[in-house]
Amino acid sequence: MDFYPLYNSLRVALASCMIVFFTGIIAAWHVSKLPAMIRGVVDVILTLPLVLPPTVTGYFLLRLLGPRRLIGAWVMAHFGVRLSMSWYSAVFASVVVSFPLMYRTSRGAFESVSKNIIHSAKILGLSEAFTFRRIVVPCCKKGITAGAVLSFARALGEYGATSMIAGYIPGKTATISTTVYHLWRTGNDELALKWVLVNIAISFAVLIALNVIERGKS
Amino acid sequence: MSLCLDIRKKFPGFSLDVSLDVGDESIAILGASGSGKSLTLSCIAGIVKPDEGKIIIDGVTVFDSVKGVNLPPQKRKTGLMFQDYALFPNMTVEENIRVAGRNRESKIEAEELIRRFCLESVRNLLPSQISGGQKQRTALARTLLSRPKILMLDEPFSALDSHLRFQTERELSEVFREFHGTVILVSHSMEESYRLCGKIAVIHGGHVEISGAMDEVFSSPKTKHAAILTGCKNISRSQKIHDGKIYASDWNIELQCTDYHGDSEYVGIRSHRIIYGDGINSFTCRVIKVIENPFSFTVMLLANENAGSIFWEADKTLWREIESETVRISFPPENLLMLKE
Repeated sequence: MDFYPLYNSLRVALASCMIVFFTGIIAAWHVSKLPAMIRGVVDVILTLPLVLPPTVTGYFLLRLLGPRRLIGAWVMAHFGVRLSMSWYSAVFASVVVSFPLMYRTSRGAFESVSKNIIHSAKILGLSEAFTFRRIVVPCCKKGITAGAVLSFARALGEYGATSMIAGYIPGKTATISTTVYHLWRTGNDELALKWVLVNIAISFAVLIALNVIERGKS
Repeated sequence: MSLCLDIRKKFPGFSLDVSLDVGDESIAILGASGSGKSLTLSCIAGIVKPDEGKIIIDGVTVFDSVKGVNLPPQKRKTGLMFQDYALFPNMTVEENIRVAGRNRESKIEAEELIRRFCLESVRNLLPSQISGGQKQRTALARTLLSRPKILMLDEPFSALDSHLRFQTERELSEVFREFHGTVILVSHSMEESYRLCGKIAVIHGGHVEISGAMDEVFSSPKTKHAAILTGCKNISRSQKIHDGKIYASDWNIELQCTDYHGDSEYVGIRSHRIIYGDGINSFTCRVIKVIENPFSFTVMLLANENAGSIFWEADKTLWREIESETVRISFPPENLLMLKE
């Protein structure tokens, strides 16, 4: 059994989890401070990938990152790097799809911090950045961790957008999910089952970790 | 140091229109819940932006809608202690206090405050692990360390058990006495306000109805709401009959009065200023209910059938001697409050 898909899946999920961790938190903090009207619109846009079919997300990604498209062509011309059909292409897909989970969970956590605490900090003369780093984030540690675990799990299970932008190239872009599909399609049922079990085992572990974190909340 | 305030802000169904001019003294803002007292504090601190007006703290304009000045809360040098104290839950007592320090000397100052407010034994505990009184002292120490020019306290006793209130009230009066600057106490308790502050502003429906020296406002509240908030339990609508005589329609009695103002629409009398026995404005009432308090009786009386009840606060020994179905009481003219709407 070639373990490349396991290694690649974990690599993609970790990388995307790390990106989403920071972007999600920062987006959540800034959105929670916006005026109600604008907040509603921005919120919808940022949450959209959660409800769109991953193939639709994949379509948009290809429109942007494909070798002859806007961003893809520009990066190709300036850095000679192809954004699609390589292992990190799957990271783009995972980031977009798992971002809403991180963003939503941390926004929920930020909004549960008492307004008086944030007001107190301001009146005491503490800067916005200090308040965020030293008071808001520590108060939301559990919510933020839960968001990170959820988005890691989502990135690990990503299939639709990944298969469109990264494709299935054994030893190069193959992830567990694309491997399962490929094996099943080519009639290699036995090996497919092995990968299915590997996937279930990882997801189980991740969700148990999530429950442990959430229990610590109360 | 001083505070000069003149602000307006509109909400659906509520509008705030408050003017205050306070010097180096302590003032109580007394009002029912929803009257705009906490909102006024939020405007001064810079958390809520008024629609229009001006706020000047110690000669510095921190808000001016005409000139477009609106300093952020960080630059206003105010201190506001919230009702729930708003301590940072992830920091220890000591960290909560020290975080407010702005320079190197503040470390020594923080140490002094921890000692002064008896927080040494809990300095390494989190806010969730300490008592209500300790939380309040931590919040107060933190606010004082930030060296505000105005010290504002929003219902400081509401989160405390009643037996703690009196003690913390004494501690607070010490803090008020030593504080160099303006102190604003927001409260709905007239007794706490009376004991702690020299001045008072009564706020109702977003407006300051009356403000002035504490004893003046209590002896002559001038408006119906100010009378209610300063503890007057007996208020009736009134009509002028002729000079020196009014008709109290809710009680269905006529009263002689000394200082009738042409525009008075209400007459009031505090329950402990009703006199037992004959005199000017005396009448016989039927006793409908007697409520025993720890140190007095509250006797509910009817001057006439189908009229509103009158509350009389009677001395314990006196009422034990009387205890009858009817009682003769009088409303001395000098004890009557002439009130506007």
